[in-house]
Amino acid sequence: MAQPFIEFKDVSKSFGSLHVLDRVNLKIYSGEITSIIGKSGVGKSVLLKHIIGLLKPDAGQILINGKPLSEFTRSEWRDFKRSLSYMFQSNALFDSLTVFENIALPLVERTNLPSGQISEKVDFRIQQFELLEVQDRYPSQISGGMQKRVALARALVTEPAMILFDEPTTGLDPLRKNAVLNMIAHYQHEIGFTGVMVSHDIPDVFFISNRVAIIENRKIPFQGTPLELEQSDDEIVWQFIHGHEVLQDQLTGLNSKPEVEKLLSSLISSASSGDSVSAAALFTIDDIDKIKEGVGYIASQRIFQCLAMILKGLLDAKEYAARLGSGEILAVFPDSQLDRAEEVIRCLSERCSMEELMDPAKYKKVCIDFAIKAGTVEVDGSMDLTALIARAREKQKVIAKMECKGVADRK
Amino acid sequence: MNQETAAGSGSFVNFLNLLGQFTLKLIGELGAVAIFFVHGFSLIFSYPFQFGKVVQQVYFIGVKSFLIISLIGLFTGMVLGLQGYYTLVKFGSEGMLGAAVALSLIRELGPVLTALMIIGRAGSSIAAEIGIMRISEQIDALDTMDINPMRFLVSPRIAASVITFPLLTALFDVIGIIGGYLTGVLLLGVNSGIFFNRIYDSVVAKDINGGFIKSLVFALIVSTICCYQGYFTHMRPGGFGAKGVSLSTTSAVVISCVLVLVLDYVLTSFLL
Repeated sequence: MAQPFIEFKDVSKSFGSLHVLDRVNLKIYSGEITSIIGKSGVGKSVLLKHIIGLLKPDAGQILINGKPLSEFTRSEWRDFKRSLSYMFQSNALFDSLTVFENIALPLVERTNLPSGQISEKVDFRIQQFELLEVQDRYPSQISGGMQKRVALARALVTEPAMILFDEPTTGLDPLRKNAVLNMIAHYQHEIGFTGVMVSHDIPDVFFISNRVAIIENRKIPFQGTPLELEQSDDEIVWQFIHGHEVLQDQLTGLNSKPEVEKLLSSLISSASSGDSVSAAALFTIDDIDKIKEGVGYIASQRIFQCLAMILKGLLDAKEYAARLGSGEILAVFPDSQLDRAEEVIRCLSERCSMEELMDPAKYKKVCIDFAIKAGTVEVDGSMDLTALIARAREKQKVIAKMECKGVADRK
Repeated sequence: MNQETAAGSGSFVNFLNLLGQFTLKLIGELGAVAIFFVHGFSLIFSYPFQFGKVVQQVYFIGVKSFLIISLIGLFTGMVLGLQGYYTLVKFGSEGMLGAAVALSLIRELGPVLTALMIIGRAGSSIAAEIGIMRISEQIDALDTMDINPMRFLVSPRIAASVITFPLLTALFDVIGIIGGYLTGVLLLGVNSGIFFNRIYDSVVAKDINGGFIKSLVFALIVSTICCYQGYFTHMRPGGFGAKGVSLSTTSAVVISCVLVLVLDYVLTSFLL
């Protein structure tokens, strides 16, 4: 791959006894949008502030086009800085200037443009970000979402070669959030600037990112394309991508996927050494994607949640279950025969048929047929994890059904 | 006995240690303020000149202080006239009242009281404004936009102070003399001609220049201290956020007032 535009090499940063970055390595390529994601307070903004020179690393180097930032001459640093824009998480708007003056400030102070041309550029951004009505107001007189848009307009008004966005969509309503992300993506395609974005909006931010980096425990455990991110087996990565699912799983009491996979792998190895025999069962909502498209995301998740809660209620303390995919649950029965797994399936089938979500009358507007399937498999040590799951999938049979017969409007 | 001596010398070493630390910190701080001043002052002359921002600050520091300076000047002159009359009349020298009032105001009270009033009115708000800009990352934002925050925030305030302090001091002096006239001549019956003739005879250019120099020095000191305290609010160990700003504002006012009075003595010693 080409030489990165910006490269962090073993960068460490501490504030007193608080270690924020520990030998962080990160590559940012020219003409791409790189998103940095991570929990609050892990040092995302600190990372961003190193690029613009607001913070200096305690150890390590930051390279710009292969040259260490610390070796930049004054004019090189000035040129680099002039090619950047930074959008602060706190917006950092000047509270004694109006919205118009805030957006115009970098042009007024940094360029020799005539005032007419400055007004033209600022008016364009004001219209683009729907700020016409508040252009004469002060930042304290407008809402947080509007302040965010003003900060974004100010970052874009100089048409910089690189923009650092520190949580550009936090505090915006969903419609405006999408509009802002669209605008960033559109502008990036049009002008081709390099963007570095710190964001919590997962997965929305992935759609406009060329590369994603995850920061966790003072390090960057993953950096790569969104596709590589989705295919990563790393537990931290998985939790980030499926954050909303993790929350639902916690609500239903399901275990985490890596936890169950780890248990199953250890059961496979103990079965292969002949120590014990265990069983596993795979439950699938068929077809959850169709439900998502037809009835809606919330309904599809409700059905999944319902299945997960019934299943969790049927399991013993030593038995584990985790979400495997968007509509699949894998249950593991350590030191148990297949009978135990089949007994759980039987009970689950009975309980499901009594559930409100399986009643077609509840789907008054749009109704889609769906079924819950289950398959069992013995953990005997002859198969690896993937083969075992595939085998369970092969053996799946319908254990509960929801048919829309008799409902007025159906698909 | 030996143990007592060792304990005594130990606490003396501790005392010296603390004194040394304090002295080093003080010298470091003075050096930082000096660098800050030189940086901010030199940027006044950098091109393009910031006329607009200087005029804005002249309006804020100068024009908006006009009323309060006039009021304080008037009553200071009046009380000087009153006190001066009853002191001088004991010696039969009430004719010297004009000279006493004018010299007190021009040499001492004018520059000092004007500086103290501006510290209270404008200095505190300069420290608070810059402090809030620091904690809300507005100064960092300037930096990221490649706008020099020292040039943008500090230089216009120093320039405006240099312009307004002497003018406000002159205003204070004139209104103070009018105040002295009101009590001395109109209230207590001192001859009007003698009042002004004594002023004309006793006030020389050296007195006016001395007052002018004092007001210039106070302008530089007050504007630098107030800007410095606000600018480095985030470095303050005692508090962060709003508390940090309030501490910076208090420090700006206290340090400026103390320095004005100390420097007044030092300057007077040299000017006399």
